[in-house]
Amino acid sequence: MKTDIILSGVGGQGILSIATIIGDAALSEGLQIKQAEVHGMSQRGGDVQSNLRISSEAIKSDLIPLASADVILSLEPMEALRYVPYLAPEGWIITSSKPFINIPAYPDEAALQAEFAKLKHVVQIDVEGIAAENKINKSANVILLGGAIDAIGLPYDTVAASVRRIFAAKGEKVIEQNLTALRLGYETKK
Amino acid sequence: MNNDKKKNLLLGDQAIALGAINAGLSGVYAYPGTPSTEITEYIQEHPLAKERGIHSKWCTNEKTAMEAALGMSYAGKRALVCMKHVGLNVAADAFVNSAMTGVNGGLIVVVADDPSMHSSQNEQDSRFYGKFAMMPTLEPSSQQEAYDMMKYAYDLSEKMRLPVLMRVVTRMAHSRAVVECDETINENPLNPAENRADWVLLPVNARRRNIEVINQQEELKRLSEEHARLTIKGKGLPGIITCGIAYNYVMENIGDDANYNILKINQYPLPAKAISELAENSSEILVAEDGQPFAEEQILGILPHAVTVKGRLSGALPRTGELDPDNVRAALGIPPRPANTKPEAVVPRPPALCQGCGHRDVYEILNNVIKEYPGARVFSDIGCYTLGALPPFRAIDSCVDMGASITMAKGAADAGLAYPVAVIGDSTFTHSGITGLLDAVNSNSPITVIISDNLTTAMTGGQDSAGTNRLESICLGIGVEKEHVKTVVPIPSNHAEIADIIRGELAYKGVSVIIPRRECIQTLRRKNKKQNA
Repeated sequence: MKTDIILSGVGGQGILSIATIIGDAALSEGLQIKQAEVHGMSQRGGDVQSNLRISSEAIKSDLIPLASADVILSLEPMEALRYVPYLAPEGWIITSSKPFINIPAYPDEAALQAEFAKLKHVVQIDVEGIAAENKINKSANVILLGGAIDAIGLPYDTVAASVRRIFAAKGEKVIEQNLTALRLGYETKK
Repeated sequence: MNNDKKKNLLLGDQAIALGAINAGLSGVYAYPGTPSTEITEYIQEHPLAKERGIHSKWCTNEKTAMEAALGMSYAGKRALVCMKHVGLNVAADAFVNSAMTGVNGGLIVVVADDPSMHSSQNEQDSRFYGKFAMMPTLEPSSQQEAYDMMKYAYDLSEKMRLPVLMRVVTRMAHSRAVVECDETINENPLNPAENRADWVLLPVNARRRNIEVINQQEELKRLSEEHARLTIKGKGLPGIITCGIAYNYVMENIGDDANYNILKINQYPLPAKAISELAENSSEILVAEDGQPFAEEQILGILPHAVTVKGRLSGALPRTGELDPDNVRAALGIPPRPANTKPEAVVPRPPALCQGCGHRDVYEILNNVIKEYPGARVFSDIGCYTLGALPPFRAIDSCVDMGASITMAKGAADAGLAYPVAVIGDSTFTHSGITGLLDAVNSNSPITVIISDNLTTAMTGGQDSAGTNRLESICLGIGVEKEHVKTVVPIPSNHAEIADIIRGELAYKGVSVIIPRRECIQTLRRKNKKQNA
């Protein structure tokens, strides 16, 4: 088993929390993990990304080579497109459909959709809409993770157990909210 | 975190921190700097470190950190200093001389380089510092190696009586992997150095120590040879030399069974014998190293001219920027994977000051005032507020190194520039701004210094700032006139008042300090969250 994942978004959206959950789940499955992230200046509202590789074999590079990512998991649509050169020919893009517009030159919706239309496997999920509808606004990122579980190739129950562990310190209510988020995301694919 | 013996998923920085704790560390000394910050933060939060009372409070700058660590080593205990690459410039005096004094308790200096300048002003390679300070230098290729090296490095430091430089890069510091940990050992007992003549670097002592350290280089080279991993697959095959994490990018491309001769280097000075042996068995040599062509340059001097050496100098690898699996692939002569091009719709999304940040108010006011003073210049500094260079503010004219805002404003004033303004953060001011302000006071320079005080070291994630609540008294103590030290609160309803204060101080032909003070909204948010939890 080997899955190369690029996580992307805008600083502050919570891609590193997704990475933490996937990392914990992979660890409990006895898999190897490498996860490169960038801290510092880039976190101030700029584009952020993390390379997450999980594998049953030893992983060499911390960075994912071009045309090799099995999944691009993005909390922002334009940020998903930024890493398209890294997408494997049969790779999946799973992204929040809602643009985060904090720059003047942000492309219009039609331009973004035209780019997505060129790609084979794209899933756009209105994670913020689902989160608002279910009053779990802070868990939009976990909804996205739920929608990507099959593409990532980890068992649902393993990821759910990790959600429970990662949010354990925040109390039962937060755990339940995030488990709901995970399930809602997962069900978007049914 | 309590059960360290199990497998941990750790950042390279955290692996280093845990390796140090488990090797009997007694104190870590550091100033925050990306990508090194998480080493100290991990130790600050670690239960065993707390239980043992391991020193982990932030230092004012890298020089004070280096010196305090040397003092701890002098007292016989194991000390750690951490900094980013440019921090080593600040600590350089103490760093280089620490090899001259030698150490008592083990001393490791971890320096995190930032090839590609993800969060830095330059791409300097700290291995050069290790070479001219004649210090043994280590460079791990994995998080596990980073962990394991800490114990090795402390033993090496105490055996050779020299500090050890450990060089990592961003992709090691900020990448997570599974690390298996071993037992923790006890701290060294207090055992102050007795060999005064080594520690008093009068010329007569320093000359002797210099020769001693030079004489130790043969043993350091022998140890490097011992730790170099040479794999000869066959005579006449292409050869690769890897330094640190470059090994991973090479292996990603060629796999374990490929027909190459490989020399994996993790310790300097360079193992010249192993390099020669590789060359004798190989058709050519590719040098893969992250950062500057440190090894490649020396290897050109080690090997006969007839041997083809490729790397960053030859153009086989890019001269600047970090290595990655793809540029190493190209250097190996493997055709690139066909990849999608980046969509045209994708535009850059640069970082920006947070909405609600006090620096925003400062720049908005300053921009409005400065318009009235043609020829004025704003010298700025290193921190979040450097983002004031970008739209919508475009408010600053310089950012060079920690503290340079004040001293450059002074120099420009000396040259006759009217209205030189310095903008510096609170943590940068205490790091390296105070001495410059004293220069300005002594020259009665007509400069206006704005210390934009958010009560934290914000850019690196909100670490304690050394001068919190004491900035006014520091400025007064240095000799800035009382009526020209003014504290304001940068919120919209105060903009007009603050603008008038800036106008008044620009008119004053001496040193003024204006301190707009409002807590960083990120640290405030975290504090509120904690209170509500």
